[in-house]
Amino acid sequence: MSDFILRVSGLTKRFGGLTAVDNVTFDVPAGEVFALIGPNGAGKTTMFNCVTGVYKPTLGRVTFLDRDLTGSPPHRAAKAGIARTFQNIRLFEYMSALDNVRLGHHCRMRSKLWDSLFKTPFERREERRITEHSMELLTLVGLDHHAENYARNLAYGQQRRLEIARALATDPKLLLLDEPAAGFTPQEKVELMELVGTILKRGITVFLIEHDMKVVMQASQRIVVLDHGEKIAEGTPNEVRGNQRVVEAYLGKSA
Amino acid sequence: MSAIRNYLRAHVRDPNPIAYALMFIAAVFFPVVVQFATNGSGDYLVGLAADGGVYVLMAIGLNVVVGFAGLLDLGYAAFFAIGSYTYAILASAHLGVTPIGHAAHVPFWLLIFIAMFVAAGAGALLGAPTLRLRGDYLAIVTLGFGEIVPSVFRNGKIWTGGVPGISALDVPKLPFWIQGPWVNQPLGFTTEEFRFTSANLTAYYVLMVILITGVVILVHNLQNSRLGRAWMAVREDESAAAASGVNTVSVKLLAFSIGAATSGFAGAFYGAKLSYVSSENFGFIVSVTVLAMVVLGGMGNIPGAMVGAIVLYFILFQFLPNAPAQIESLATSVGLGSLNHATPNGWPGLGEEVSRAKYVIFGLILVGIMLLRPQGLLPSQVRKQELTHASKTALVAAAK
Amino acid sequence: MVQRVRASVVAAPTSSLINVVGAIVVAYVAVVAAQRIYQGGPIFFAQTMGFGLALGAIYALVALGYTMVYGIIELINFAHGDVFTLGAFFSLALMPAFGLTEGKSFGFGILLPLLGLFVVTMLLCAVVNVTIERVAYRPLRHAPRLAPLITAIGMSTLLEGLMFLWKGPFNLHYPDLLPETQVTIAPGVSIAAKALVVMGVAVVLVIALTQFIGRSKLGKAMRATAQDRDAAQLMGIDINRTISATFFIGAVLAGAGGIMYGLYYNSVAAFDGFQYGLVAFTAAVFGGIGNIPGAALGGVLIGVIAAISDGYFFPAWTQVWIFSILIFVLVFRPTGLLGMRVPEK
Repeated sequence: MSDFILRVSGLTKRFGGLTAVDNVTFDVPAGEVFALIGPNGAGKTTMFNCVTGVYKPTLGRVTFLDRDLTGSPPHRAAKAGIARTFQNIRLFEYMSALDNVRLGHHCRMRSKLWDSLFKTPFERREERRITEHSMELLTLVGLDHHAENYARNLAYGQQRRLEIARALATDPKLLLLDEPAAGFTPQEKVELMELVGTILKRGITVFLIEHDMKVVMQASQRIVVLDHGEKIAEGTPNEVRGNQRVVEAYLGKSA
Repeated sequence: MSAIRNYLRAHVRDPNPIAYALMFIAAVFFPVVVQFATNGSGDYLVGLAADGGVYVLMAIGLNVVVGFAGLLDLGYAAFFAIGSYTYAILASAHLGVTPIGHAAHVPFWLLIFIAMFVAAGAGALLGAPTLRLRGDYLAIVTLGFGEIVPSVFRNGKIWTGGVPGISALDVPKLPFWIQGPWVNQPLGFTTEEFRFTSANLTAYYVLMVILITGVVILVHNLQNSRLGRAWMAVREDESAAAASGVNTVSVKLLAFSIGAATSGFAGAFYGAKLSYVSSENFGFIVSVTVLAMVVLGGMGNIPGAMVGAIVLYFILFQFLPNAPAQIESLATSVGLGSLNHATPNGWPGLGEEVSRAKYVIFGLILVGIMLLRPQGLLPSQVRKQELTHASKTALVAAAK
Repeated sequence: MVQRVRASVVAAPTSSLINVVGAIVVAYVAVVAAQRIYQGGPIFFAQTMGFGLALGAIYALVALGYTMVYGIIELINFAHGDVFTLGAFFSLALMPAFGLTEGKSFGFGILLPLLGLFVVTMLLCAVVNVTIERVAYRPLRHAPRLAPLITAIGMSTLLEGLMFLWKGPFNLHYPDLLPETQVTIAPGVSIAAKALVVMGVAVVLVIALTQFIGRSKLGKAMRATAQDRDAAQLMGIDINRTISATFFIGAVLAGAGGIMYGLYYNSVAAFDGFQYGLVAFTAAVFGGIGNIPGAALGGVLIGVIAAISDGYFFPAWTQVWIFSILIFVLVFRPTGLLGMRVPEK
């Protein structure tokens, strides 16, 4: 078993005539923070979608924990241990914060139709267990006092944190965060980084897309850079920072 | 007293148990009140209520599909038909007439569950390939299915009784039943076999109340379980649900099958009570009636579906049949009596016109409720916002 | 800039096994049909084809309305089939005003009044459809999917109810104004002239539509809005007007279809549009939803298939075949015959 939790090789995704991701290869080491950066439209979210099964890759392979997960539907990816948040927050707005997190436990619960229909003791115990665990997760992200609030009534920052709690409820080994700090104040960004640190300590690898360079450089151990669907650099923050192609991609060739 | 107040306060978010309690009490007292109010000849009304129970059951089932899981099923009557025909074929002399040659007389109490499973199976069969389609396409596929199934039964010739249908179905039988002062007997058990015939409509009523109670308990359990949460999530945002580990197709299939099962269950009861099935009784009008009931009462809300069913059933089967006569006399009393008579140029008379109003009523309910009060009759602010609230991006676009 | 891709039906895994099985089934049915057609002889075949093409022409006209509306707002306008029936009902009521009564023979004398009848009926249907959109669909444009769908089926039921109140459930007699003659196309083989008239009118209308969509400013606006509503809006296109125009045009075609339905079959009833709409939608999907030539092609094909099923197999099972086609196309080839492979979102 390698210590790369996720291996992406030769991944290509085409939509009709447009190639959004072009022959990208990288490996994500387990237990670290791995960042995916690049200018707008570089194909970062498309890459996430290929890894989590929202898109079927046109070419290439996605290997997770040494198992081939290429093209698996999203719920299989979640069951295998990949969780994610979305760039534009996709919470269940009319469910409470607690219910959102409880939903995250769905693939880890073993109650069947029979148990749910007849409210068997097994079902009751499982519900109690996941409710407790959901409250723990809410406390972890600082939302325990908002457990009964509808998700749409939470503040923006709280909603982002709730999405992370819901993702954590699926008991992942790899957590994909799509622009988790977007719209955050500097203070909120600091808190987010602390949260990421706590998540790491639980043995979960974090793979994030982010635009804030400070956050990326501070928090991540390895970075891969995409531009127009192609990988243009991969390495430690220092290596990437000094890479000429990366600078050009962000600032334009004349810089 | 304060215990009741505390209980009410704790349940302000979830008023369901109160609604159920009220309805159960009303259901228990209904036959007593009716018999009292009509001096003992209220049998007809009690029988009518038992028939209404069939629609209540169907509304609860369709509510699972449309209200919980958010899937628009426009052919719900198909499963009703499947349940009824399953009962008819297996609980009558019918099979003796077919090439099989041997009639089956499966007892009612077993057969309603068999019919339920057959309907659920049909639901799974239809749902498996089609539930992954988007809402519009699913709606029209179910619409088509709702047309096909009665058509198949109508054209099934010797196997399904063809156009005339199947009659003389077995009635439910019990080895004993309760008797008491309401039939001028001492309270106790009857000693001989008890048959549910049209002479004992109250027995059908009691049976229906028991069946509905059972179904409500089961569906209510589902609502607050792992599956119920998954349904809500899939209804709100299917992609996010899938990303969170929910197998959306499988969850939708369960909703669809459970809805179908409830419909089949109701169908078996309906067939047994009516003692007759014919493909004529399972058209789109039935599907749209149940849909209107669920929408009227409040989608996603079990007491809502039940109330919607009761209200609309009352309007359709009690008010509307009697309305023509009343409206005609009203017209006469205000001097418009001439409207009551049919004219050669096509006006069929006021009475006939009123009795034709069914479809217009359904249309008005469906359109009106969605435009004016999408959460239905029973109050639910959350549902109202859910059903009208634009997504964030759409709001931005609309603001342009 | 990343190309906006429209959410579409998520395609089922098209395993080649299903394709092979499907191909075998279709081939088998085709062989049996060919056999029976041959046995039935050319005269019966020509009559059947005439009937099928006329039927298909009417289906095409209705399918076009479905496909255009679906292409622009991704909603199945369930009431569309009932607008079709309204076309028949309106024209029936207006006929006396144009001096068109039973017994008038087909000739140049009635062409002008007939044209007038068409125009007025089509306008009335258009007004109805545009009103429906304005009142019932526009307020719910941004509501979750379920709401406009329920309203649509409610509208359909409402229209049927109104026609039911107006004229009852019985079949109404529609005057027979089309020529009764047969047109010989080969020695001893002929097609009903009626069928040719229906086809001719449909062809004229479809050509007019295609020209309009392809050349006019409004047509361009419709195509743009169907592709990417936000971008079209940013370009200054009035979305509301464009959508209303789409409903207008769709209803014009459906109204014409309704008149021809009446003229060809000489009988209309309030609930006819329900089934017709279902089949017409199947045709639209079969040809490729959102695709105008596809809807026309789909309509004709479905009409021919229905006629062959009625003529050479059991008429009672025609509906089942059509419905099976609907399911098959939606599940295994959602883009239809002519549709583009729209990528999954």
